[in-house]
Amino acid sequence: MSILAYSVVAWLFLIGMYGVVTSRNLIAMVICLSVSQSATDVLILEIGYVHGGSAPVFVDLTRRPGPTVDAIMQALSLTDVVLGAAVSALLLALAIQVEKRTGSLDPDDLRTTHRLPW
Amino acid sequence: MNARARLVVFLLAAVGLACAFGVAFAGIPHFGAPVSAYAAILNHLSEPSRQASDVVSAVSFDFRGVDTLFEEYILFAAVAGISVLLRPLGDETRHLPEDEAPDRRIPPPSPAVGLLAVTMAPVLVVTGLETVTHGQISPGGGFQGGVVLATALFVVYLATTYARVERFEAGSLIEASEGAGAGGYVIVGLIGLVAGSAFLTNVVSLGHSGNLISGGTLPILNATVGLEVAGGFVLLVKEFLDQTEVIRGSGT
Repeated sequence: MSILAYSVVAWLFLIGMYGVVTSRNLIAMVICLSVSQSATDVLILEIGYVHGGSAPVFVDLTRRPGPTVDAIMQALSLTDVVLGAAVSALLLALAIQVEKRTGSLDPDDLRTTHRLPW
Repeated sequence: MNARARLVVFLLAAVGLACAFGVAFAGIPHFGAPVSAYAAILNHLSEPSRQASDVVSAVSFDFRGVDTLFEEYILFAAVAGISVLLRPLGDETRHLPEDEAPDRRIPPPSPAVGLLAVTMAPVLVVTGLETVTHGQISPGGGFQGGVVLATALFVVYLATTYARVERFEAGSLIEASEGAGAGGYVIVGLIGLVAGSAFLTNVVSLGHSGNLISGGTLPILNATVGLEVAGGFVLLVKEFLDQTEVIRGSGT
């Protein structure tokens, strides 16, 4: 179970990176980056998960005593979500400016030099 | 570098990274293992010492309050950065899309959308305020509630045109609320210093757990973050919507 849970994280991160490397559109690239970024969300929540655990909110828990999941990880995932939104928004703003300045959203058109041998 | 070469380089790196992941994941706690000692201590401390029944809020705004201060400022910086990036440049002029094609007016949204927006906007405002103010009791808080509050304006935008939303949204007021939210967090932190303890110490009267007023500084910090996030997200979307009106300059 541990292996499956953590493979999802590795898979999400790598498939997002694959998208970033191969995408031919800056907006698609930002979406792929947020797929990669969601891997950290899943990882943080998985580390904090406890079998049979309930949310660390003690309003109703008195009736149902049992383990609770890790509150620190939940707080960290909140940070992660906010940062993900901030990064995506900033990158999309950059994409708008690139489109305005070069008239294209293809990352290959951003090259400033074509003198490289490959 | 052509696409094929790029893919080969990526695949080599990805295999290496996957191996590194394998090694790293072997060393972290098993999925579903009992919580760390730190989390267990916080679970036991949160209600008796802070009167906050939501441990996640207590962690975010009290036990690790400085983290959240920086998190809030990252959002603040991102919104400021977007405003700078998307500012109208000297060679850009502002036009409505209608000005470009006067014979093809944008059709107004249907009455059904308008009715839905009129019904949803107040519900969203109330839900947002509820989420912000109940952060210390139940799941929620300034970040979540702030986003819900910002959505209320976007729903209004869906039902009308952007030009009309822009007329009543009072940009300076939103900027002020964003700034007040960001500055308010620091001021609440300074109260701790004035009271003779450390920065962000929970020195306000704690109240009783489960009540609306409980958790000391938690609801105050949640309110400031809610202001900041709501203002920030409205500004952010405003900057992007403004782009629909800016026509490219002659330089491109």
